[in-house]
Amino acid sequence: MSTETISIFSPELATRFDALVTKYPVKRSALVPMLLYAQDEIGYLSDAVITEIAHRLGLTELDVRNVASYYSMLRFKPAGRYNIQVCTNICCMLRGAYDLYERFREELNIGPHGATADGLFSLEEVECIGACSWAPAIQVNYDFHDELTPDLVPGILADYRGRAQAEGSKNHA
Amino acid sequence: MPDVTFTVDGKKLTAPAGTLLIEACRKAGIEIPSFCYYPGLSLQAACRMCLVRQEKVPKLQTACTTTVAEGQIFTTESPEITQARKAMTELLLGNHPLDCPVCDAGGECELQDMTFKYGAGESLYAETKQHRNEQQWSPAVFYDRPRCILCYRCVRVCGEGMDVWALGVENRGVHSVIVPNVPGENGGGDQLDCEECGMCIDICPVGALTSGSYRYKTRPWEMNHVSTVCTHCADGCKVTLGVRQSNNGSEIVRGDNRDKSGMNGDFLCAKGRFGFDFVNHPERLTTPLLRNAAGELEPATWEDALRVAGARLKEVRDSRGGATIGVIGSNRTTNEENYLLQKFARTVLATNNIDHERTTDYAAFACALAGHPGKTAGLREIPSAPAILLVGGNPTDEHPFLAWQLRTNVRLNKARLYIANSRPIKLERQAKLTQELPPGGYWRLAAFLDAGQSDFSKAILAEESLIVIFGEEFRGPAVESLIAWGLKRANVRFAYLGDHANSHGAADMGLFPDLLPGYVPVTAPGPFAEYPNLPAAPGKTLPQMLDVANGGLGALLVVGANPVTRREVDLAALQNTFLIVQDLFLTETAALAHVVFPAASLYEKSGTVTNTFGDLQMVRKASDRAGAKPDFEILVRLAGAMGEEVKKLVPFGRGAMTADLGQSRGAQAGEADRHAVWLEANGLEPRLSPFDPFAVLDEIERLVPGYKLDRMNLMTGNDVRTEVAPTQPATASAIGGEDLIVPAHDTLFTSSTLGRYCSGLNEIEAHQTREHAEAAAD
Ligand code: SF4
Ligand code: SF4
Ligand code: SF4
Ligand code: FES
Ligand code: FES
Repeated sequence: MSTETISIFSPELATRFDALVTKYPVKRSALVPMLLYAQDEIGYLSDAVITEIAHRLGLTELDVRNVASYYSMLRFKPAGRYNIQVCTNICCMLRGAYDLYERFREELNIGPHGATADGLFSLEEVECIGACSWAPAIQVNYDFHDELTPDLVPGILADYRGRAQAEGSKNHA
Repeated sequence: MPDVTFTVDGKKLTAPAGTLLIEACRKAGIEIPSFCYYPGLSLQAACRMCLVRQEKVPKLQTACTTTVAEGQIFTTESPEITQARKAMTELLLGNHPLDCPVCDAGGECELQDMTFKYGAGESLYAETKQHRNEQQWSPAVFYDRPRCILCYRCVRVCGEGMDVWALGVENRGVHSVIVPNVPGENGGGDQLDCEECGMCIDICPVGALTSGSYRYKTRPWEMNHVSTVCTHCADGCKVTLGVRQSNNGSEIVRGDNRDKSGMNGDFLCAKGRFGFDFVNHPERLTTPLLRNAAGELEPATWEDALRVAGARLKEVRDSRGGATIGVIGSNRTTNEENYLLQKFARTVLATNNIDHERTTDYAAFACALAGHPGKTAGLREIPSAPAILLVGGNPTDEHPFLAWQLRTNVRLNKARLYIANSRPIKLERQAKLTQELPPGGYWRLAAFLDAGQSDFSKAILAEESLIVIFGEEFRGPAVESLIAWGLKRANVRFAYLGDHANSHGAADMGLFPDLLPGYVPVTAPGPFAEYPNLPAAPGKTLPQMLDVANGGLGALLVVGANPVTRREVDLAALQNTFLIVQDLFLTETAALAHVVFPAASLYEKSGTVTNTFGDLQMVRKASDRAGAKPDFEILVRLAGAMGEEVKKLVPFGRGAMTADLGQSRGAQAGEADRHAVWLEANGLEPRLSPFDPFAVLDEIERLVPGYKLDRMNLMTGNDVRTEVAPTQPATASAIGGEDLIVPAHDTLFTSSTLGRYCSGLNEIEAHQTREHAEAAAD
């Protein structure tokens, strides 16, 4: 079964998956990239995502869940449209990452892995994101912001709110 | 692989090159501790308990993945290794709860043993333990997360061994847990949709996986452990029953494979492992019942019930003749009981009207193989046969142990499994080739193979040695043609599948109207000519006995069977019949009886049973149910109540042997004991009781063709081979056998009438039905 008849993914992604599964000596090698791409498109690994990926790779859903749950960057619940990932590893921590993190919590009024009521933001602590030289750093979806102080937090949030408005109500998930 | 020589702890050992060090050591009696290593499963190397030092290798090596080669030198015990193992144990204990005093595994826990051996009584970890609540995954399987040491044995046995793949590992590092395959509310698995075999529970080295039927009930050392044979399907797995005293006899609290000594090793299916609770079912009969003047069954004493039944049987026999009495035997009682039953019918009741509920055509099988000894295959041989042809049936459901053996053979030895079936079955996943047959097209199989047209038949014809496994789809002439096909070829052997624990034994012991034990025709009784009063003409079959058109019988004795539930039976046939039933429960048949005797189950008596492959094993009495008696004893007492000389029926206390049962005094003290020791050593133990089934086993060995048993092996608890009719000329018939066969088609959680009283199995079945309904709705 190379092509799914009814896919929950966009036609582009479905085509990409069709190609991906033929690329490796064993199909299941495509699992991790597929999970990542699926999450980028759908927002999280919903039951439907897991079912379809399992089907595409000839795995059990249990297999897919087992692999997915290993990686902390894969999630099973929807995140906000802008997922704020605050690095709290050693360099960032020494340079005030927790103050930064607390400030985000206060501003957004959400806890770890929580999402705001409007679905715009979610917040999590992450391990080193490779921006140590510019610590403390955060990653919002795929954008980096570095050498931050808590004072810069409201500005960052306002910036994303503005962006969201500009893009209209086109919803992420 | 050529043998290589290597040194372990200064000892020179030899093993084939490539053998795992841990296995080579075990064979030589050097034990290397292990948690994740399990023979027959893939290697995991996760626990690091098996670390050993190999000379010239800088780091300690895992013995479970090191293969032996010429000249290697290993050390398995040294202060360094002890320290390493102690450290591993300490890591495992880092998050392990200290609940050994209440844990099911306490007393038989591998982690407990290792901690005891290597110390690690103190921990350097100050972190708080991560507690997580216990989960119930199904009625059979519970999981206590903090106790898990992540050895992955359960995951592998379920996937590789059972081919179910219901278990996996979720999360990472210290957060890792084993999860079942049905996700719950929060994404993580929390329910099982599987075959509920309980293999994962038994293979768990600690108390992380526990069983619904046993958990928190008792401790291992408070039970007696008795190895006997499973009472459900016809594969005959050895099962160890854990038994505890209770106020109405004793209670079976656990079924497992404690000593792994049977041919099933560590395998048991849900029925063998959990299907023992019928013995304690509240509806269990514990007193005889007599129909009173008002027409109702009421409790009676054994004396009264026996007197009434005996008198009536005698009266019918003497006034109307033995031909008006019928006897229906059981697929679950022992060989000795079946033998005794037919002997009782033929010599005491003077009738050949004896039959049983046939689930397959063993008579045709025996007849087709007559004169060709050595052509049947035992269940032990399945996991090493190079090629197997499986025709019809669905062993995964109906013969779970056979299915396990087949999978094991394919997995470990790359055996070639060929499947011909009219419907898809799960074992096809292991098959090299499959062939769809039209339903009802089985009888043409031999011709189809001979034609050699398809890839399937070509592959079969190219096999140099083959075991053909088939079942009730073949009856009468179809059995004959398939066997004739195999006999033409040099290395073809057969196994024939029936249902229930001793259906093969029932057939072998002559529960047929026209065949004596060993399929000897009643018309040419051969060794059985010594039976007094043996009627010369064949009797009635089961449907004939229960056929109104036949005018009804004067009396009918039913032992451990429930024939009135059969489709063709019209209850009017029993209107004027005096019905005597021996059973565990008030079944539909027992409810119609005039006298009901409460019978002991297979777990409450001794004797032997023969599985469908012809492997004979000893059944040992595990528990006791006050009030019930073994069918053997009931029959002997019934004969006694009829005024018969019991000694003619059961050859007990024969010959010049006079034992004083330890009562002698003075100079002769102990003489009898010494004598008994000598007799026993020579396989001649004195049968002192008329209720001793082994007295009848002696007679079976003496008279029944094909039952020349390897006593030494049998008595030590092993399975021994029997042969069907090895020398008889092919004259057997079992009148119209084909139409009499009603296969049970039991599933993994059903066991015909008996299954209804296995509450645990019923719960499991309800759970599985629910899981499937939900899966279908999604
Ligand atoms: S009970 Fe058997 S089938 Fe079910 S998870 Fe355990 S091993 Fe697998
Ligand atoms: S549940 Fe038992 S068998 Fe399974 S990984 Fe944990 S400790 Fe091992
Ligand atoms: S496979 Fe058959 S004999 Fe073995 S445990 Fe299951 S029901 Fe009993
Ligand atoms: S520690 Fe924060 S980016 Fe490396
Ligand atoms: S037994 Fe070798 S690592 Fe577990």
